[in-house]
Amino acid sequence: MSVELVGLALLMGLVTYPSRALPMLVPGIDRLPTAALDYLRLVGPAVLASLAAVNVMVTASPSDGTPAFHIGIEWAAVAMCGALTAWRRNLLLGLIGAVALVAIARAAGVAALLI
Amino acid sequence: MPVTGDVTLSASRRRLAVEALAIGSSAVAFGFVYGLAAREAGLSVIEASAMSVFAFAGAAQFAAVGYVAGGLAWPGIILLTALVNARHLLYSAALAPWLRTTPRPRRALMAHLLTDESFALTIAHFERLGRSDERGYWIAAIASTFIPWNLATIAGVTVGAQITDPARLGLDVVFPAAMTGLAVGLVTGRRELVAALGGAILGVAAGLLAGPGVGVVVGGLGGPLLGMAVPRSGADDAAALGTPASAERYAMPASHLVEQLAQNREHRSASQAADEEAPG
Repeated sequence: MSVELVGLALLMGLVTYPSRALPMLVPGIDRLPTAALDYLRLVGPAVLASLAAVNVMVTASPSDGTPAFHIGIEWAAVAMCGALTAWRRNLLLGLIGAVALVAIARAAGVAALLI
Repeated sequence: MPVTGDVTLSASRRRLAVEALAIGSSAVAFGFVYGLAAREAGLSVIEASAMSVFAFAGAAQFAAVGYVAGGLAWPGIILLTALVNARHLLYSAALAPWLRTTPRPRRALMAHLLTDESFALTIAHFERLGRSDERGYWIAAIASTFIPWNLATIAGVTVGAQITDPARLGLDVVFPAAMTGLAVGLVTGRRELVAALGGAILGVAAGLLAGPGVGVVVGGLGGPLLGMAVPRSGADDAAALGTPASAERYAMPASHLVEQLAQNREHRSASQAADEEAPG
């Protein structure tokens, strides 16, 4: 069983810990400049949206790894998840909707028309 | 520090336990989905669990398995993890005044267990009490999140191994859908919306030019700069740390619970006001 990524997990924990601990352990450390706090607040939505968009819109060619633009049922699934989450404030519901849409589309052969 | 102090310790803990149960079920579901996503990305049960124990940060873990699957190098993954998790600085700063009297070694341990969910539960519990309650923090952090998340991770990877064709079941879309849902939870104003849309557009453009791994980094770092170009709207940026509004602003995916807490609090205040005004 592979354990190669345990080191990565440890490093992820190490870089996360200061954000969690410093304000609790070192009073006043949280008084960052407003611009820095603003940037930190906006990193979350930007990184997550970037991850989702790249994941469904950019594919790498299996032969030479060249990136290509991808259109597929995944777009609709991701949009449905976002809409359901925003509407019901329930991410789990959004995920179930997205997975169901893709599974049904693939079973019906509709997804293949879009890819 | 806001002081309410109108609820007894046992009553507030009972309420915390009920809320922790709801959050715990959510952690089980997401931990399971994370386990499936990790299995999809090729992580073993030990590797997936190591992330759940050491990083213990849902969004960053989901992101990391996506980076691993996309072949992004470790330094890139570590940088993005630090950025995604930087919001904990705000949670920690909000809790710091409440935990001032807690011994430092225990605070150091508490810090590792600080998540969106434990913050949302704890800040609401402390506010109800008007003071801190260390045991309440442990209930929120360990019972509602750490244990369910880790057990569900193992279950997700193990069950995932039994599924021969995850794409047929639509499970390959879990990762981008989860990222989208989490991003939606963080969009609370125009600045966040522009940062998210900007990050997505920049990420795709850079991904098409230089590969998906580079695209994610460019979108994640460039999106916030676009968001900062939008003028502050005022009210939605003014929520002070440590208030229910700030908990709602930063909590995910349990934000609906925090909203409910705030509504309950308003309802209670209104009832009290009506009782005081009632004759006799």
